[in-house]
This record gives sequence, structure tokens and C-alpha cells, in this order.
Amino acid sequence: MADHISSSGEGHGSVGSYATGFVLAVILTVASFGLVMSHAMSPSATGGAIALLAVVQIVVHLIYFLHMNGSSEQRWNVMAFTFTVLSVLVLVGGTMFIMHDTSINMMSR
Amino acid sequence: MFGKLTLSAIPYDVPILVGTFIGAAIAGLAVVGLITYYGKWGYLWREWLTSVDHKRIGVMYIVVALVALFRGFADAIMMRSQLALAYAGNPGYLPPHHYDQIFSAHGTIMIFFMAMAFMQGLMNIVVPLQIGARDVAFPFVNTLSFWMTTISFLLVNISLFIGEFSQCGWLAYPPLSEQQFSPGVGVDYYIWAVQLSGVGTLLTGVNFFATIVKMRAPGMTYMRMPVFTWTIFCTTVLIMVAFPILTVAMGLLGLDRYLGMHFFTNDGGGNQMLYLSVIWGWGHPEVYILVLPAFGAFSEITQTFSRKPLFGYKTMVYATASIMVLSLVVWVHHFFTMGAGPNVNAFFGIMTMIIAVPTGVKIFNWLFTMYKGRIEFHATMYWVIGFMITFSIGGMTGVMLAIPASDFVLHNSLFVIAHFHNVIIGGVYFGYVAAMNFWFPKSFGFKLNEAWGKRAFWCWFIGFYVAFMPLYVVGFEGMTRRMNHYDNPEWHPWLLIAEAGAVLIACGIVCQLTQLYVSIRDRNLAENRDLTGDPWNARTLEWSTSSPPPFYNFAILPEVHELDAFAHDKEAGIDTRRAGGDYQPIHMPKNTACGFLIGAFSFVLGFGAIWYIWWLAAVGLIGVIATVIARSADNDVDYYVPVSEVARIEQEHTHNLMAAQAAE
Repeated sequence: MADHISSSGEGHGSVGSYATGFVLAVILTVASFGLVMSHAMSPSATGGAIALLAVVQIVVHLIYFLHMNGSSEQRWNVMAFTFTVLSVLVLVGGTMFIMHDTSINMMSR
Repeated sequence: MFGKLTLSAIPYDVPILVGTFIGAAIAGLAVVGLITYYGKWGYLWREWLTSVDHKRIGVMYIVVALVALFRGFADAIMMRSQLALAYAGNPGYLPPHHYDQIFSAHGTIMIFFMAMAFMQGLMNIVVPLQIGARDVAFPFVNTLSFWMTTISFLLVNISLFIGEFSQCGWLAYPPLSEQQFSPGVGVDYYIWAVQLSGVGTLLTGVNFFATIVKMRAPGMTYMRMPVFTWTIFCTTVLIMVAFPILTVAMGLLGLDRYLGMHFFTNDGGGNQMLYLSVIWGWGHPEVYILVLPAFGAFSEITQTFSRKPLFGYKTMVYATASIMVLSLVVWVHHFFTMGAGPNVNAFFGIMTMIIAVPTGVKIFNWLFTMYKGRIEFHATMYWVIGFMITFSIGGMTGVMLAIPASDFVLHNSLFVIAHFHNVIIGGVYFGYVAAMNFWFPKSFGFKLNEAWGKRAFWCWFIGFYVAFMPLYVVGFEGMTRRMNHYDNPEWHPWLLIAEAGAVLIACGIVCQLTQLYVSIRDRNLAENRDLTGDPWNARTLEWSTSSPPPFYNFAILPEVHELDAFAHDKEAGIDTRRAGGDYQPIHMPKNTACGFLIGAFSFVLGFGAIWYIWWLAAVGLIGVIATVIARSADNDVDYYVPVSEVARIEQEHTHNLMAAQAAE
């Protein structure tokens, strides 16, 4: 029912913004595949580079497809987003911390 | 044509399964026969199966949860009987192949289909009423969530009679769960059941988060929200954070099994230890997803039956929120022994001990609520007090396990089993049963029988201690979990006692069934009927409307002036319902079969993929997508209830109310 109640603060985007988002997303995806397939960098540098491209890709999706911005009507979105980023950092960072320690102790690399 | 599915997949040579199948078939035919005899198929389809009414979806969730409870408990008592028998040369009656499936199914069913379904049922029944809303934010998504959970449960049960279930424990650790060591369909059944029900749970999380943020009654600020709503709010946040992790873990394991990838395999650069970290990144928040709503229910029940507002509402809210955040940073305590160093173990051990602090705060809040209250020892209150004792003991053994050094001794032993049943039965299950006793009259308009409720409580309470305290002992004596048979004479007497406890718990379940039967039989007796809508003299908004509530919940949306809005209105003499006021046409969603259809097609997809029947899986997938598109293109999804209809229903309720008051 909430979808029938017009609520303020939701950006809905335009054809232009969707097109920009789509083009940026395609460029970032092609760049990731290109990096891996061309063997242009060392394996570990490739890993880092595609992780970076993935994060940029997330930001592009958030801005162009999910219409996030910093305006005051979007306080809820920003708060939810901050919590999400925090949880992802805890989980990804924590997993790296654990697996790093485990690898050293178990000599699995 | 039929993939891996051949006639030999049907276990007609296993007597236990043939017996179960005959029993299930007779029961199923009896239900179908009764529905046909009374001509209720149309009613069932129109009013229940396609309903988008959150109250009915909630009831259906709890029906599924109770069925799951029986199935899960049947597994439990089979395991206990096996361990009571399989001593000193006696192999018992369950071969390892069968026994391993039983403990895997027990864990999977009890968590995903008993506890999760029960929890979602309770939040469906209570939350919209408690915040003064007419439905949830996305009613169609709600029915979809329900069907995804239900068909997943069906998949697990189908595995009894067609093929087999996973033998890898309830979390299917690789490399055992990889194709190399588990080439059968058991793990695939597990993966698809968990994935599909995960979709439903995630959607429920999004739906109720949006409902609580957007649809609270006018005047209900965050710090005026009832505690149960607060705990559901934190639970939905945890669902949205944690369930995607489960989806990824299952997805990667599925890629390993179906496409020969190497995320968690022994060879090809796989790392099975990563699976543990990922799956428990979901698994630990999951524990709090289950127990926070139980805490909320205890808070509502304690304040109602102590006749006094909750002690420390704000600390309760902050404790809930801190548990929500802390539950994301404790997951390593499930695998301290994996080989991470002291830095990792010390950090997560300390975080685990810290999470006991807000939980302890809650226990004291309930105790102080009862202190100097006028406590009514209603059957519901029995479960609450039983919880406080049992959960405290379980919490303390949890802190013992949080110390990495002692965990190295106790890891993978029956001590761990005793600990988590201590908190899950004592916390989650007691909480949900208390909540069911408490909110039952709201759903159906009559109370549950108290005498049978108390009998059920005593059987469960004593049965729990008899069944699980011995497991602490054999855990200390070194008995590992998931063991099929043993020859240590010191363990045998304890396992016989545990079997007796399981029998007592079975009596508890029989008492609960009897309670339901007796209550339905006596529903029209004057002392059982709830005509006022407020049988317990409670404090929150759901009790201000009639029992059962009209499908639109509130003819006029209530206005909230204070915490415990209904208690405030009763004291100030305000009519929360404002009966006879200016009614407006009410905007309501229409029922839809799309949730059921998407569920049915998902079932086909899952079944096809489990058996490698790819054309069938394709039919299921295309069906899901087509139904979603058809539903999205459908604009005829809502309608307005005319004022005359609202006035008629409200007048009827006012009439009943006056009759009840006159009778007093």
C-alpha cells in the first residue's frame, strides 16, 4: 500500500541519467574483463584492480539506478547506507583478518 | 529425460521410510477428504491461500511452523533413541547413512522452517496491528515470502521419499558437501531449500522494515514504539544484512557442485575454511534474528501480566540495538579451533563476552518489571519465568564457550549441543509459545485453554532439563556430536536419561496439541470468548481493535500520544477506536494468486535442478519470470472499502462489546 501513497524525497531519475549510468556500468564491466583477459598486470595487481573497479561500479549503481544523494529528504537512505557500508566493512575486513591469520598458522599458502 | 531420477531413488526398501510415507499419505488423504467433504476448497483458496491479509498469512506461517516442529521433533527422538540403543556392539536401528540424514534434517528444519516460520508468523500477526497500520508495506510480497518458505519446506520433506537428504550437518561444511564426497542429491536438496526459503525471508525483512519505517500511526515516534516492534525492527535489519551472505555461501557451494568450480574444494586452489567464515557471518546474526523477537514478546507479556509498565523501556531499546550491532562481530566463536591465531580468537572471544552484557540488562529489566508488580500467574507467564531461568543458564554456558581456551576442549562435543538447545529451546521456543498463547485470542477471538497450557509448560520445562543436562556431562566426558554408536560405559546411563527427557518433551507436544483441540472445542464458552478485543488488559494498540480484527484492522487510524498508547488512552478515558466517528473509504489490496504461482514454479525449478532435469527447471524458471511480469503489468491490485461496509462491521463490533459489558 505504501507504493500508492506518494512520499516525498524519492528521486526518480530521467532517461538521461539512466543512460549515463548504463554506459558507465558497461565501461566498468568491460574494463574488468579486459584487465583479466589481457594479462596486462600481475595476478595480485589484477585482483586489486578489479576489486577497485567493482567498488566504483557499486557507487555508479547507487547514484544512477538507486537515486541516492546527500539531500536532507534522504536521511533514511543515507543512514541505511552508512550501516550497510559499516557491516560490509566489518564482514569483509573481518574475513580477511581471519583468513590471513589462518593461512599463516596453517601454512596454507 | 528424467536426469538423475530413476525408480531406485525411491527408498521402498527402507521400512521406516515406507511406514512414514504410508502415515503421511493417510494423513494427507484424510485432510484432502475432509476439505472436499465439507466443500471448503473454494473458501480455502479465496480466503487463505491467495490472501494478502497479514493476519491470515501469519496464521499460515505458524501452521507451517507447527508441522515443521513435528517433523523436526520426530527426527530428534529418533536420534535420542538411536543413542540410547547403540552401545557396546549394538549398532542401533539407524545405519550411519540414515542417521546422518536425520541430524542434518533436524537442524535444517528446526532453524529454517520451525523457528524462522514461527517468527515470521508472529511478526505478521502482531506488527501491523501494534503500530496501528492496516496492512504491511507490500502485501503481495508478503504472500510471496510465505509461499517461498512453504515450498522450500515441501522440498525438504519430498527428500524423505524421493532420493535422500544431505548427510553433512545443518550447515553442510565442505569439502564433505562437495560433489567429490557427496555425489548424491542430498546436498542439492539442502542448497535449493535454503536458497528458496532465503528469498522469502529476505523479502519479509525488507517488507517489515519498510512497514515499520513508513506506516506507523500518527504520533508514534521511534521512542513510542512498543518493544516487540523494536525487536522486529532490529531483526529485519539483521535479516537484510545477513541473508545475502547466506545466499552467496550457498551460491558458491552450488557453483562448486554444479559447474565444477573450486571455491571450497580440496584441489584447484579451493579453500574450505573460507566457507566457515562466510557461513557463520550469516549464522551468528541468525541466532539473534531468532531470539530478538522472543525478547520482544517476553517484554510485552511481562508488563501485561505484572500490571505495570515495562521497567527501563529505553535501556531495553538500546540493549536491543547494541545486540543488533554486536551480533555482527562475534562469528569466529563457532570455529575457534580452525587455526586462526590468538589475535583473532582473543578479539572474537572478547566480543562474544561483551554481547552477554546487553542480554543481561534485558534479564534484569524483566525481573524489575515483575518486582512489586501484581503478577498474574497465567499460563503465558509460566513460559516467561521458565525462559528467564533456562536462558540464564544457557547464556552462562555460552560465555564458557566464548573463552577460546575452554572452547578447544569443548568444541564439537555434546556440550555445544546442550548449550545451543539450552538457549534455543529456553529462549526462542519458549518465547514463541508464550507469544502464541498471548496473541492467540487476537487472531481467533477466543483464548487458549490454560490448564493444558500449564501442563505443556511443565512437560517441556522438566523435559528440557532431563534431556539436555546429561548432554553437558557427556560433553565434558568427551563425547563428540553426530556420533552414531559408542562403547564408553560412562556415557550410556546419561544417554538413557536424555532419552527419557525427549519422551517428556513429546508429552509436552501432545499437551500443546490437546490445548489447541480443547480450546477450539470450547471456543464458544463465555469465559473463553474475547468480545472486548482486550482479554489481558494489555497496553499496546493491537488490543484496541476487535478480536479477530476486521480485515482493515482499524476503521479510524489510532492517534498515539505516549508510549503504550492503548494503556494511556484507557487511563485518560480516550476511545482509541473512536467508534461511530467519521469513517472514510479504506484503501485495501486485493487478494492475488501470484504469490502461490511463483512459489509453485520455484518448487518446479528447485526440483528440476536437484535432479538435473533441465527442461523441468527451465519450465519453473520461465514460469517464475512470466508470473512476475504479469503481476507487474497488472494495475487492478487494490480497491476501496465503502463507508457503509466499514460502518456495518464497526456497528456489529460495538454491539458485541455492549453485550459483553452488559453481561458483566
